[in-house]
Amino acid sequence: MLQSKVLDEDLPMLHDRNREQKRKREQSLFQKVKVNLKQHKHSYVLMAPYFVLFFMFTVLPVIISIVVSFTYFNMLEFPRWVGWHNYARLFLEDDVFLISLKNTVLFAAITGPLSYIACFIFAWLINEFGPKLRAFLTLIFFAPSISGNIFFIWLIIFSGDSYGYANGMLMRLGIVYEPIQWLHDAKYVLAIVMVVQLWLSLGTSFLAFIAGLQNIDLTLYEAGAIDGIRNRYQELWFITLPSMKPQLMFGAVIQITMSFAVADVSMALAGFPSVQYAAHTIVTHLIDYGTIRFEMGYASAIATILFLIMMLSNLVVQRLLRKVGD
Amino acid sequence: MAFRLKKIRTRPKRKVNRSWFGTLLIFIVLGLFGAFMALPLIYTINNAFKPLDEIFLFPPRFLVRNPTINNFVDLFNLMATSWVPFSRYIFNTLFITIVGTVGHIILSAAAAYPLAKHHFPGKNILFTIVVLSLMFSPHVTAVPNYMTMSFLGWVDTYWAVIVPSFAFSLGLYLMKQFMEQIPDTLLEAARIDGASEYRIFWQIVMPIVKPAWLTLVILLFQQLWGTDGGNFIYSEELKTMNYAMGQIIQGGIARAGAAAAVALMLMAVPIVIFLFSQASIIQTMSSSGIKE
Repeated sequence: MLQSKVLDEDLPMLHDRNREQKRKREQSLFQKVKVNLKQHKHSYVLMAPYFVLFFMFTVLPVIISIVVSFTYFNMLEFPRWVGWHNYARLFLEDDVFLISLKNTVLFAAITGPLSYIACFIFAWLINEFGPKLRAFLTLIFFAPSISGNIFFIWLIIFSGDSYGYANGMLMRLGIVYEPIQWLHDAKYVLAIVMVVQLWLSLGTSFLAFIAGLQNIDLTLYEAGAIDGIRNRYQELWFITLPSMKPQLMFGAVIQITMSFAVADVSMALAGFPSVQYAAHTIVTHLIDYGTIRFEMGYASAIATILFLIMMLSNLVVQRLLRKVGD
Repeated sequence: MAFRLKKIRTRPKRKVNRSWFGTLLIFIVLGLFGAFMALPLIYTINNAFKPLDEIFLFPPRFLVRNPTINNFVDLFNLMATSWVPFSRYIFNTLFITIVGTVGHIILSAAAAYPLAKHHFPGKNILFTIVVLSLMFSPHVTAVPNYMTMSFLGWVDTYWAVIVPSFAFSLGLYLMKQFMEQIPDTLLEAARIDGASEYRIFWQIVMPIVKPAWLTLVILLFQQLWGTDGGNFIYSEELKTMNYAMGQIIQGGIARAGAAAAVALMLMAVPIVIFLFSQASIIQTMSSSGIKE
């Protein structure tokens, strides 16, 4: 009698407990987030200003760009959905885009690896010297990449009249007899833009490599010598490169991104548009449609393709670099 | 603050097992390429001090014979009579660069500290997004950013150039990698002493990461010092020095001297900053690697 009463009294409590557990389970996600926010309030507050801007100007635009690339949008009328039309137009109707794609890929395939290797080789050679000479050489090699838009100097060097240094030298040496129109001849212009881009390319990754080389544990070389490493090249492949793998990966990201993003140099030297579109790149095509013609949908399609090319080549190269020294 | 991060060790002398021929080869290679890198810069310096008759000498001569500062005088005279005085272009460039750089350093350091030293859910995802964003250039986001700016009403103001540079991802990346070297015990000690996270960030972490500031200064200079206002700035009185240089160069032969003078001014500032911050920058870069 008494027991059953107790049980009866217990039952509602049990019910309550069940309900509470259920409610707890339902609330758990919300509660978790709330507890988490409270617990890590400081972290989130510190990060908020940066990440709000970062999402606003980097993450969101990528998404917007992909969405807008499926529309016709001219900034005045409301965007109109056109499906794959922009992409079809790019690859089937726009001959200039195909030229720019070819130039960009050619450009990246040549200046990307060359500048990457140059960054490493010069860092490697410079590292052989004492601190003073090393600092001086670093300054010389790094200076062009931070000297602002000084690359217009190359306009004077490759100027099309006989006042240009390149023409002046060649004429004095008797190699050519009349000035060459370096920047207005489709034969030369892409090569010249490449040279200037290489001149500018010993930047952040070059410094990262120098730092990486200086931080290699020297005892590794002694250990390597005992383990039978015979020459500098084996040392390079089995010790130096694997020791600075993180810097190599970082440098690759910077160089690849840079080699696909050529526009300023091309526009400053070759003009915009360049002769026969010989130095037209995906980015200059994007600038043409995005800031002159205001065909935002079409420009977004170009931007999306550029984004995909950059991401894919970066991810593939990262894969390859993991194999260094294996 | 007595504590300092591990300095880059100066390399102990390693036995050079290289033939004299190898040494010679290294010198030749570095000499040739060094000349290729440096000559345009030396030319810019020389040109800025050439009197007009030397600039137009034929055949062109590389080095200056009778240096003069006439080009700089010309430049300021020319610009004093123009609609917008040249000092205004200098102010615009300085304003954009300084506000952009200071803002970027503070915001990215504030965001880098929790990413490097706190544990909270979502941390890895956020950092992965930042690393991925290094893999494409800002051109990709140019079109939507233009739309955002026109929506915010920032077109034709300084902010359209400055604010996006606050959230430049390479700076946050380098800052975070550098902060990871700060020993946790140091932060723990501060916490036990009752310092708030904000105070730890501002009074302990910020002074330690000074080398990283200097690196970010150089990176932001690369971005902002040479800006011509992009597609955002249209008013003449808001335009930058680099834009003015473009205008002067287009003036042709009559302005060649003044153009050379602006070019030197634009080129010299970042190089001088790098000259004095090189050691700190290399120190920061040693933690720049992408870890697997």
